[in-house]
Amino acid sequence: MNFVEINNIAKSYGSHKALQETSFSVKKGELFGVIGPDGAGKTTLFRILTTLLLADSGSANIAEFDVLKDYKKIRQIVGYMPGRFSLYQDLTVEENLAFFATIFGTTIKENYELIKDIYVQIEPFKDRQAGKLSGGMKQKLALSCALIHKPEILILDEPTTGVDAVSRKEFWDLLRKFKNMGITIIVSTPYMDEASLCDRVALIQQGKIMQINTPDNIINNYKPILFEIHSNNMHDLLIKLRKYHNNSNVFLFGQTVHYSSINEISKDDLKMYLKNNGHANVEINVCTPTIEDCFLWLMKQNN
Amino acid sequence: MEKEKAISVKNLVKKFGDFVANDNLTFDVYKGEIFGFLGANGAGKTTTLKILCGLSKPTSGQINVAGFNVYTETNKIKNNIGYMSQKFSLYEDLTVYENIRFYGGIYGLKLKDIRKRADELIQKLGLTNVRNELLSSIPLGWKQKLAFSVAIFHHPKIVFLDEPTGGVDPVTRREFWDMIYDAAEEEITVIVTTHYMDEAEYCNRVCIMVDGRIEAIDTPAQLIKNQNATNMNDVFIQLARKEKIK
Repeated sequence: MNFVEINNIAKSYGSHKALQETSFSVKKGELFGVIGPDGAGKTTLFRILTTLLLADSGSANIAEFDVLKDYKKIRQIVGYMPGRFSLYQDLTVEENLAFFATIFGTTIKENYELIKDIYVQIEPFKDRQAGKLSGGMKQKLALSCALIHKPEILILDEPTTGVDAVSRKEFWDLLRKFKNMGITIIVSTPYMDEASLCDRVALIQQGKIMQINTPDNIINNYKPILFEIHSNNMHDLLIKLRKYHNNSNVFLFGQTVHYSSINEISKDDLKMYLKNNGHANVEINVCTPTIEDCFLWLMKQNN
Repeated sequence: MEKEKAISVKNLVKKFGDFVANDNLTFDVYKGEIFGFLGANGAGKTTTLKILCGLSKPTSGQINVAGFNVYTETNKIKNNIGYMSQKFSLYEDLTVYENIRFYGGIYGLKLKDIRKRADELIQKLGLTNVRNELLSSIPLGWKQKLAFSVAIFHHPKIVFLDEPTGGVDPVTRREFWDMIYDAAEEEITVIVTTHYMDEAEYCNRVCIMVDGRIEAIDTPAQLIKNQNATNMNDVFIQLARKEKIK
C-alpha cells in the first residue's frame, strides 16, 4: 500500500526551477532516502509534503490526505524535522518538548516510551536553553520534538549534515528502530554512503530525480566498466588518466582513483599507458560501484 | 634537513571554567602540508582552530603559527593566514567582484593589484559571466570555490578550512580538492576539517581528536594499518567510539 503519493509536483522560484515535475510513492513502513547535494530540491520537496509550501502544479497526498485540502490532518500525522534548527532557543530542553507535546494535545509522559532512547541522552541537560546545546544534542532534541506526538510518518530534512561519522551511524540505527516500529520515514541527506541504509532511494540533482530504486538495484543498473587504480603519485595519476580516453569519469575515491568508461577498456592497455607515463607500480582492479559512483555517472549523463 | 614548521604546538591547554576543551595537545604542521583535523562534534577541534587563528587565547602552552606567538602577535598571525568555512565565507549581497575586492582590501593589497588579480581569478574559475552578479544568485559549488580562492588571495602562509565541502555535490567536492592540492603545491599549508572520511584520505597527515585529546596523528595509510582497518571511516569509528563506550 502506498502511504505517500507524489504526482507531477513542480516548483519554481522566479525563473529558477527548484523542482522539476516529480512523481514517486513511498510504501507504508518504508525507509525512503532522498539523496543529493545542496540546491538539488530536497527541502522544497519536503516543505511541499509537510504542507508548508504550495507547489506550482501537481498533487501529493499522505495517508490519502491531500496536501492542499487536508493540510490540517497531515500536520497531525507528520513529524517534521527541518534542516535548520528551529526549536525555541530561549526555552529549555524540557520546555521545548512539553511545548510540542501540548500543541499536539498530548503529554511527554504519554509517549515517553517512543523517545526514551534518545531523550535519556539529553535529559541531564533538560534545564539548559536549547540555544546553548551542542550540535549533536540539538539534533537529538529536534528528533524528540518531531516524535512526541507519535507521528505515522517522519520527514527528516538532512538530519545528519555536519554530524560526525560516529554520531551519524548512531542516528541511522535509531531510524532503523523507528522503521521497525512501523513508522514510515522519508529522510534526505547529502552523504551518498547513507543511501545503503535506506530501503529505497531517490537520487536527486538540480531539481530532477535521476533514479529511484533500492540501493542494490541502483548499483546493479550501473553500466560502465569501473576500475580502482592506485599509484605512488595520485595527483599525477589523476591528470594522466583524464587524458587517456574520452567519455570517461576519473575521480579520487579515498586512497584510489575510480576510472569509469562506457567504452571497452583493456586493463593491460591501461597499465601499459600508465607505465609509459611514469607510473611503473600501478595497481588496477575491477571494482563494485558505490552509490557515489552511480551518482557521478548519472550526473554526467544528465549534463 | 629538518622540515620547516608552519605551526608548532607544545602542551596546549584550553579550559572554559572546569571544562577542559583542549587537554595538553602537542603537534607540528609542516610547510606545504595538507593536514586533516578530525573529531566528533564537541571533541575540541573548533577550540584549537580558534586558538591557531589568533581568535582565542590558550590557557597554557607554547604555540607558534607562521612563526608568530599566539599570545602576543595575533595581528601578525591574522595577516598571514586565510580562513574559510561553510557557515561563513562571502557576503551574499555583494557581487562576485565586490567580494574579491573587499577581501583584497582587508588584507591591505593595492587596488591596482586587486583589479589585476581579480580578473585573473574570475577567468580561472570560469566566473566571467557572473562577475557582476550578486553572490546570492550563483550556485553553492561556485561560491565554495570562490570562497577558497578569496581565502588565499593574499598568498597566506597557512589557510584554515573548516568543513569547506559540506553539502556540495560529489563532482564539485573533488574539484575543490584539486584546488587544495594546487594551493599546497604553492607551499601554502592547509589545515582542513571534514566529516567526509574519504576526504581524510586525501590529507598528507591526519590528527584525530577525542574528548579534547589527540587520539592519533599520522599519515592516513599508517593510521589504517595501525588500526587494522580498510579505510579512514573504520579508523575514525574505532577511535572515536572507543571513548564513547568507556
